[in-house]
Amino acid sequence: MYDQLVTELIDIVGKDNVLTAMSDRITHSYDATQEKHLPDVVVYAASTEEVSQVVKIANRLKMPLLPRGAGSGFTGGTLPVRGGIVLVLTKMDRIIDIDTENLTAEVEPGVVTAELQRQVEKLGLFYPPDPASKEFSTLGGNVAECAGGPRCVKYGVTKDYVLGLEVVTPTGDIIRTGGRTLKNVVGYDLTKLFVGSEGTLGIATKIILKLLPKPAAKKTMLVQFETIDGAAKSVSAIIGAKIIPTTLEFMDAATINCIRDVCTIPLPENCQAVLIIEVDGDAQLLDKQVEQILAVIKPFGILHTKIAVTDEESEEIWQVRRIVSPSLRKINPDKFNEDIVVPRSKVPDMIRALEKIAADYGVVIVNFGHAGDGNIHVNVMVDMKEHGMEAKIEKVMDEIFGAAVKLRGAISGEHGIGTSKAKYMNMELDIATISYMQRIKAALDPNNILNPGKIFLESYPQPPAAVSIQEPRK
Amino acid sequence: MKKSKNKSLRDFEKVIRECVKCGVCQAHCPTYQVIKKEGAVARGKIALAAALLDGETGLEERLQQDISMCLMCGSCVSKCPNKVPTHGIVGAIRREITDNQGLSLIGKGVSTLLGSPVLMKTLGKSGAILAPLLLKKVPDTSGLRLRFPSLIMKDRTIPHIAFRNLFDRVPEFIEGRADKPVVGFFAGCAITYVYPEIGEMMVAILQRMGVSVYVPRSQQCCGIPALSSGNGKLVEQLAETNVGAFRKKEVRHIITACASCNGGIGEYYETMTADYHDFTGKVIDFSVFLKQQGLFAELAGMDKWPERIKVTYHDPCHLKIQGITKEPRELLRALPNVDFVEMESASTCCGLGGTFSVYHYEESKAIGARKIPGLIESGAELIATACPGCIIQLQDIINHAGLQVRAGHILELIAEALK
Repeated sequence: MYDQLVTELIDIVGKDNVLTAMSDRITHSYDATQEKHLPDVVVYAASTEEVSQVVKIANRLKMPLLPRGAGSGFTGGTLPVRGGIVLVLTKMDRIIDIDTENLTAEVEPGVVTAELQRQVEKLGLFYPPDPASKEFSTLGGNVAECAGGPRCVKYGVTKDYVLGLEVVTPTGDIIRTGGRTLKNVVGYDLTKLFVGSEGTLGIATKIILKLLPKPAAKKTMLVQFETIDGAAKSVSAIIGAKIIPTTLEFMDAATINCIRDVCTIPLPENCQAVLIIEVDGDAQLLDKQVEQILAVIKPFGILHTKIAVTDEESEEIWQVRRIVSPSLRKINPDKFNEDIVVPRSKVPDMIRALEKIAADYGVVIVNFGHAGDGNIHVNVMVDMKEHGMEAKIEKVMDEIFGAAVKLRGAISGEHGIGTSKAKYMNMELDIATISYMQRIKAALDPNNILNPGKIFLESYPQPPAAVSIQEPRK
Repeated sequence: MKKSKNKSLRDFEKVIRECVKCGVCQAHCPTYQVIKKEGAVARGKIALAAALLDGETGLEERLQQDISMCLMCGSCVSKCPNKVPTHGIVGAIRREITDNQGLSLIGKGVSTLLGSPVLMKTLGKSGAILAPLLLKKVPDTSGLRLRFPSLIMKDRTIPHIAFRNLFDRVPEFIEGRADKPVVGFFAGCAITYVYPEIGEMMVAILQRMGVSVYVPRSQQCCGIPALSSGNGKLVEQLAETNVGAFRKKEVRHIITACASCNGGIGEYYETMTADYHDFTGKVIDFSVFLKQQGLFAELAGMDKWPERIKVTYHDPCHLKIQGITKEPRELLRALPNVDFVEMESASTCCGLGGTFSVYHYEESKAIGARKIPGLIESGAELIATACPGCIIQLQDIINHAGLQVRAGHILELIAEALK
């Protein structure tokens, strides 16, 4: 059967694009979760038609099919946990058009996010979502996971920019959702259904995106605080004053400790928190906005404020944020990276809860991220070789997610659920809601071939079979 | 068996395990950018290296193909959050392949091909070729033989071998002023045999500064092409020879005017298991040295020429990954005969990559072609760089694109300014 499958796949995409060697299976067995699951075969598709035909084969053979872009996800969205066909879309990387009159772009899923941004910016346009992985993650993956990023506090996330899609359904049909207009209420909003569906409901083969005019200028500043509470209150105060900066990133004391030695901007010992604030827009209004922000945060224990004048200085400030991730390993070898989100006014409460969890369990928790939209990157740094750490980390995670949900937040802001957070879904969603989602999945993917084993735990109540609904009544 | 001075794959185990699979390397790997397959990118190769160490796969054919898809440019390493040295790991795997199966046909060099009547005919027909008679003047160990085995390089612009090489043109030792130090000049194959005039210019500039210049005749290829083709034994032999060559006279610095050679004798020897630190610690790129010696200031103080040539700059990978990106630009800005313009994609790889372009000429051209739009947009008449390997490759890419732009060495412009 395997040989038959390979032959059929070669007929569709050609010999060079069907990879079966052990080394090929190894190079497509992982993503940024660092877990490893070998696929049976790897296929590189070059067109919608090819994707559709490969899906049909998988359907006939009831074989798992895993759409894959850059493989840079943090929650296992592309992992072949049950083997099957890994379908890679990186070669479908054409920017089909950039429409400067209607401010839209149409792209194939393999286009790298930053590449689209560079191309549209040349034309004075702007595609805001900016996940940290934007230089290598693909728009197909961004759509599947509904990627966010620092700028989302002002501009929103991926779903706010997807106007329409061409989708290969789990049965291999090719459908179109939405379109090229901002307004469109014809039928269900399938576009929104697909964005963030983590490759379980369909494979986007064309993506129509909304663009904005590129902001004329921006201004970046780095503010050092005496306490984390001061920084957290500043975030609330800025938003409370009805100012929405482009980015509002924070770092806590543990984060600052990691980067102090490698940072070009001096961060003294008494600096317990940092906010990086950027505003953009009309050049003349920026200075006024900066003044306003500085006035609002003044009462909250500021040690030092650095306002970038040149692009180089702005770059130096952002470099502080960028060196965080690589520096974390200094603390401990194993990192549990979560991206909880809480209503922005609850950021101080969440930070306090995290401090308590760290103290109660005696673990290091490093927090940084997008304070402006309440999306906190919580990094629990441990050494898994330590005795009993596995059990301890389970409890720590339960507590962290529990705290986020209690503050009416969510267990993931931008990374998705995949395999790594599936078991926490029921902390946030009730059984009826999960079951509703599962019924959608079962109806659209009757053979459960598309990215099976993701989002939902097997132990959830299985949805009724889709066919029973259509059985003729007697 | 005598222990090799090159590191084995096992020696890299610790750093191999440090890859966190984030995927950042995809944004910086020149081969991935054109091939778009995971096997081409650093992360994929590190996964294969780990699988080899764990016995999950052997040196199967597909693995060898993936491992061959690396320019060893190091671009991924400088952007890697954990600085996993993929170029070193790939080198180690290639040596394992060689130890296992012997050198590939290309890796063996071209001595057999040169005897072929078919080749002679091909050579006779094409315009710019590596003239076989002159190639005999190039030592068997030279990387030029690995880089340009002409028979299989259809339609490549291949440089001529100069009739009189550098060693025929400059004395082995030039006495300078007593108050100035003695410096060594490591020329490398391309400058010695293809562009001896660049070597002459380097020596003349050094002479003008008053330093004593030592150009030992016993120096050989830096070893980069051998390293790239997995010929560990040859790298060891060359390292010993070169270190020995500069031991005969006490020199303060060993200057290179070829970025690849700088990476070869400086960076690579540094990572070998033998202790070459006395030698590697002295290796310095000409642009850094000339800046230290105050030449930039002198050039900047000269009156600007009324007629200046519009020049852009290409970052050779071996300088870029060492962080030497400012000095060459400062130098070009200081030159009175030059109008410097920056180009988009200045820092992307030219695609030569040791012997990569021999095995994968199509991909090599595709990688290089990514520089063309930026070059056109810059409007430059000359693309200057600091590596003869890049010059050869850039000129080939420019010719394929049909542009009227010349690729040249920064030293040519300095020599012109100081005339």
